[in-house]
Order: sequence, then C-alpha cells, then structure tokens
Amino acid sequence: MAALLLSPTLLVLGLVVGYPLLAAFRESLYRGGDALDADGFMVSGDRFVGLDNYTEALGSRFWTAFGNTSFFTFTTVAIEVVVGTAMALVMHKVIRGRGLVRASILVPWAIPTAVSGLLWRWIFQSDGVANEVLATDLLWTSDRWAAKIAVIIADTWKTAPFVGLLVLAGLQLIPNEVNEAARLDGAGAWQRLWRVTLPLVKPALLVAVLFRLLDALRMFDLPFVLVGPQKGSVETLSMLAWSEANQVRYGPAAAYSVILFLYVVVIAFVFVKMLGADLLGDKRKKGASA
Amino acid sequence: MTAVRRLAPLLGIGVIILYCLAPFYWMVVSSFRRTSDIFDMSVLPSPWSLENYQAVFSGQNQFTRALLNSLVVAGVTTACTVLLGTLAGYALARLDFRFKNLVLALVIATSMFPGISLVVPLLKLFSEIGWIDSYQAMIVPSMSFALPLAVWNLTTFFRQLPVELEEAATVDGCTRGQAFRKVILPIALPGVFTTTIIVFVVAWNEFVIALSMVSKPEMQTATVRISQFAGFAGYDSPFGTQMAAGVIVTVPLVIAVLLFQRWIISGLTSGGVK
Repeated sequence: MAALLLSPTLLVLGLVVGYPLLAAFRESLYRGGDALDADGFMVSGDRFVGLDNYTEALGSRFWTAFGNTSFFTFTTVAIEVVVGTAMALVMHKVIRGRGLVRASILVPWAIPTAVSGLLWRWIFQSDGVANEVLATDLLWTSDRWAAKIAVIIADTWKTAPFVGLLVLAGLQLIPNEVNEAARLDGAGAWQRLWRVTLPLVKPALLVAVLFRLLDALRMFDLPFVLVGPQKGSVETLSMLAWSEANQVRYGPAAAYSVILFLYVVVIAFVFVKMLGADLLGDKRKKGASA
Repeated sequence: MTAVRRLAPLLGIGVIILYCLAPFYWMVVSSFRRTSDIFDMSVLPSPWSLENYQAVFSGQNQFTRALLNSLVVAGVTTACTVLLGTLAGYALARLDFRFKNLVLALVIATSMFPGISLVVPLLKLFSEIGWIDSYQAMIVPSMSFALPLAVWNLTTFFRQLPVELEEAATVDGCTRGQAFRKVILPIALPGVFTTTIIVFVVAWNEFVIALSMVSKPEMQTATVRISQFAGFAGYDSPFGTQMAAGVIVTVPLVIAVLLFQRWIISGLTSGGVK
C-alpha cells in the first residue's frame, strides 16, 4: 500500500534528481570536443580525463567564485537571522495591525527573484533612487565592493521577512507562562530575551538557518540579473557552472556543480549531525509526548 | 515611559511594513512614469502614463506568449507534483512501514539540492534527445524542487488531521481507499489548496532551468523574458518597460498572497518549524 502510494514520487525524484546527480559525477570525469591523441591523431567525442577537470577547475576564477559564494552565504544569512528575529519579536508583541504586517511580509517572498534583481538594478542605477536617498555617487553595479553590497542588500530584503515568519512560528509555540515565571523571578526584559526566549526558539531558528544557508549557496538569479553574467565581483559557483555549460564545456561545468553539491552536503551534515538541527521534527515531537 | 512602551511596537510595525513594501512601491511608481521622466524622484508619477505597459506588450517583446509559457510550465508542474505529493504525503503521515524516516530524509535532501547540479547533465541529455526549446524540458527539471516541497507540506498537513475520523470511517465499513477519498480528502482540501498556491508561486518564479533549457524567445517564460528585454526604440536598459513587466508578473502573486495569507503562512512555517 505504502509502496504503491510512494513509488510515483520516488520514481520521479530518482529520474530528475538521482539520475542527473550520477550523470554529473560521470560527466565531470570526461571532456568533449576534438583533441589530439598521443600519436597526433584527431579524436572527437567524449574522452575520459580522470580528475583533470577538477585539477584544472581549481584556478583563480574558481577560487573567486568559491569566495563570493561563501561570502554571500555567510553574510546574508547572518544579517537575515538578526533582521528576521527582530521582525519576529516585533510581530509577536503587537496585536493591532498583525494582518497588515503579515500580508506585507509575504510580498518580498512572492516577487520572483529575477524581478527583484531588476527592481534593485533600477534602484541602484548611478542616477537612481539609492544614490539619491543615501546622497552618494556610487557605481553600484560596476564597482567591486559596491556590487557585492548591492547583492547582499537585495538578497536580505527578499529573505529576511521569510526568516521572520519561521521564527515567529517558533515564538508562538513558547507558552506565555515561561516568560511570566522569569519575570516574577526578577529577570529584566533583556535577560528574558537572551536567557528564555532565544534558547527556546533555537530549534526553529536552526532549521530556518539551515534552509537559508543551502538556498544561499546555490544563489544564481539575483547576481545574474542585478549585476550580470561573467562578472568576477559577484560570480557564484552556480553562475560559473552555468556559464561553462552554456559554452558546451560540460565536463568542467559538471566538475563545478559537483563541487557545489559537496559543499552543500558538508554544510547540511554539520548542521544536522553536529548542531542537531531537527529537520524531521522527531525529537521535539518525542520530547513533547514523553 | 508608558508612551514609549505603547509607541515602540507601532514604530516597529511601521519600519517592517516600509522595509517590505518600499522597493515594491518604487517598482510600481516607476512603471507608471513616462520614458522621458523615468529618472524623476517624485513619490507619485506626474503625469501618470501607460506608455511602459504599451511597450511591454509591443510585438518584439513577445510578452503575452511568455506569460502563457509561464502559466503552462508552472501550471503543469504544480498539477503533477500536488497529485503525486498528496499520495506520498498521505502514506508518509498515516501508514506505518519500514524505511519511512529514510524516505522522509531523502525527500528533504532532494529539496536542498543545488539546481545547477541538475541543469548541467540534463542540458546535455536534453540536447541529445532534442528536448531543448520544449515545455517538458522545463517542466521535468522543475519537479526536482516542486515535488519535495509538495510532499513535505502535505505530509505535515496530513499529520495534523485527526486519526479518529479515519478509524471511525473504517469501523463503519469503509475500505482504506474509501476512507481516504470520502473522509480525508474533503477535510484535507485546505492543505492541498495551500500547497498548490505555494508550489505554483515557487514554480512561477523559477529562473535558472528556464534560462538554460530554452533559447528561442517564443518559448521563454516570463521571468527569463523580462531579464532579456532589449527595450523598445533602442534604449539599452529599458527600465520603465522592465518595471511594468515586473509589476504584471508580480501582481497576480501578490493578490493571491493577500487573499490567502493566513493559509500560506501556516503552510510555509509548518514545514520548517513543526
């Protein structure tokens, strides 16, 4: 029965995720196109090149993309967690206007990332509204650091409210009595936040952070639209793999995407095994029933 | 002090709303300016103009076709994944079988998969079997992120439904299948509906697959089409046109979000926090 209901899903996932994953591993060991063999003859088609794609991939363009990906991931998620938690604490406090806030917080989530990239490119024009409001004269999309900051701001705008929603849901699970008891014991507002509220939302926060980290690691649309393809200042691993595949260099493209995949696996492993992010919701459920 | 106490949350609310809506507002305002005063900084356009909206639908942009393409790709993806997800979600929430947690973990793991790792090998495969520039070349890879999302959402939703209803139905002589169709499905409808909206929004917003699998302008989806607007009358960056197109692509989603916000929020958060 269960097998009958689950097999379509597993079959589709196997085809659209499992097969490409194996194909990417295989592809990353081959190289297409014409080349000269040892005797000087032309050979065409895919050739097995072992780890050559990987050793050649680890050039300066890779390290720039790797650096950008890591930098964007850790800065945006750090900012989003702080901003999102602050938003959640505010939303948790208010009673009036809750519907309005919830509706507006979903707007950045609903806007397609590609459209938000365009929107921010327009805001960050040299004679656009960002320079007007900030009274600056920056070339946001061409200057190295300004371009990075522009991407970070645009990404934070879109996803911090989402983190806020997840944290708010965590806050609403905390019984009021806990805070009340802490107050009667003489804890100040600040102490209650650090010692009571935040430790209790930590499980929710950990899961939110993991989802955000993995999402940020594959960042593509936003720098692609906001700044453009093949710009070293903002090129991520996804963009690098895409641009190689776009030039029919599948071998190196597959090597980059495999490296990105392994990066994702490592981060997920650290979170689930070492920090104890409870993805399935098992531990909390067991804890509650015990 | 009490005045501060009362005003601080209101101020906080104001800041959050401003933060979320100000950039969106600027897109809407800019879309209603004329090309000649697109760089104006006024809070409202003066005069209001539909010039940009006319430009969006001018022949060379093929925007109507792009919207249709998006509708087909996101629609078919959503329909398939919600159907499969309902079956799988029910099994994962209600039935007892070996490897259940393994399947759940597998579903979550696939949702964390970086899209580009699929795009590279599938691009090669699809160009070999002649699928480039087709709907299925966008729909099939889109399921890789839509299906885990649907399964996960529906699993958490089915878990919240009372088991007693089903047990009562079986005691009254229903088979498992009948209990599912006649008892569970009707009360699960809100959850299925919420999942449908969330999956549709995510599929509609997809970019990298549609960008890679299609090169003909008439097969591109709206998100890709907008990013490649050449502009009308030869402007190199037709911002007004892009903003108008952005508004057209976004407004249906924003309306859906406003109408169903309570459901969407419960759907979005149940996966992460339950």
